[in-house]
Amino acid sequence: MAEFSEREKHLLMRAIDGELTEEERREFEALLTANESFLDEWRSFKQVKEVTMTMKFKEPAGETWDRYWAGVYARMERGLAWLLISLGGAVVVGFALYQAFLQFLQDTSIPLLLKIALGVLAVGLAVLLISVMREKWNTWKTDKYKGVVR
Amino acid sequence: MNDPEHTDEAEWVRQCQRGEKEAYGSLVKKYMRRAYFCALGFVGSHEDALDLSQEAFSRGFAAIQTFDPNKRFFTWYYQILRNLCLNFLRHRKLEVVTMSVVLEEEEVKLEPATEELSADAQLERAELRAMLWKALWELELEDRELIVARDLLGTSYKTLADLLDCPLGTVMSRLYHARRRLRKRMERST
Repeated sequence: MAEFSEREKHLLMRAIDGELTEEERREFEALLTANESFLDEWRSFKQVKEVTMTMKFKEPAGETWDRYWAGVYARMERGLAWLLISLGGAVVVGFALYQAFLQFLQDTSIPLLLKIALGVLAVGLAVLLISVMREKWNTWKTDKYKGVVR
Repeated sequence: MNDPEHTDEAEWVRQCQRGEKEAYGSLVKKYMRRAYFCALGFVGSHEDALDLSQEAFSRGFAAIQTFDPNKRFFTWYYQILRNLCLNFLRHRKLEVVTMSVVLEEEEVKLEPATEELSADAQLERAELRAMLWKALWELELEDRELIVARDLLGTSYKTLADLLDCPLGTVMSRLYHARRRLRKRMERST
């Protein structure tokens, strides 16, 4: 199978899509005359283009477009609702954990060793959390696609 | 950018950044068809394309403060949509639903661009579009994305370069290879 230069590939594509300038057209026609495998390539690309150019996507029912924005709006509202629920939930859970931790520390029936172990565990979790957050922050700072929602 | 269409768009974006949802409605209405058809090219089913394109608009609004109004909205939105569609396809693969099943379940989502055809020509076109649809789904996602955008949606080379974040020459080279692979798939089907 014949291999073509990048320039020849670009000319083929621009010719197929009707994007050639006058100068490019002359260059393209000279290639068609001089190079038989280039001519074959052009013919077979043209056949494919003849199929694809006669097709388009099926248009969905008209009401799809009438309801489209309403659908997006509903999602935006739900997004806000989830954000509020998450924020409220985080505060409530955080407060409950704090209260439980205080009660645990103040309970004299619990051995001191267990209290120390729980304190060490809490410090470990906090260090882990800070480390993960710092790593995420550093990744975010150097991510060129940070403006894009994944 | 001085074109009036983009000036309108930039103004809508600024209004959105001030929290005016109706301005976002104008952006959505402007791009909803293109968004839907791009998603359809990725995932191949009407319901999923509708769902993903709407979800991408919703996420776009949530992140609109990070968007620079001097840039093209659709180029930015397309990255959100593309990532959503890729995640969706990845998830679908995990659920062991292969492309061949999708093909069996989904009707062909193409139709002739012109209506005035004889019965024979219509039959021939129907066969051709079934063949094209099947060949498209046998391609790698990146190839299908390019062919759908250029040949079915008529996206210009310049816009393609913006959407895919690559130089114009790369767009043409990638298009060349994608069309070549499509041609091979179609030849195999005949």
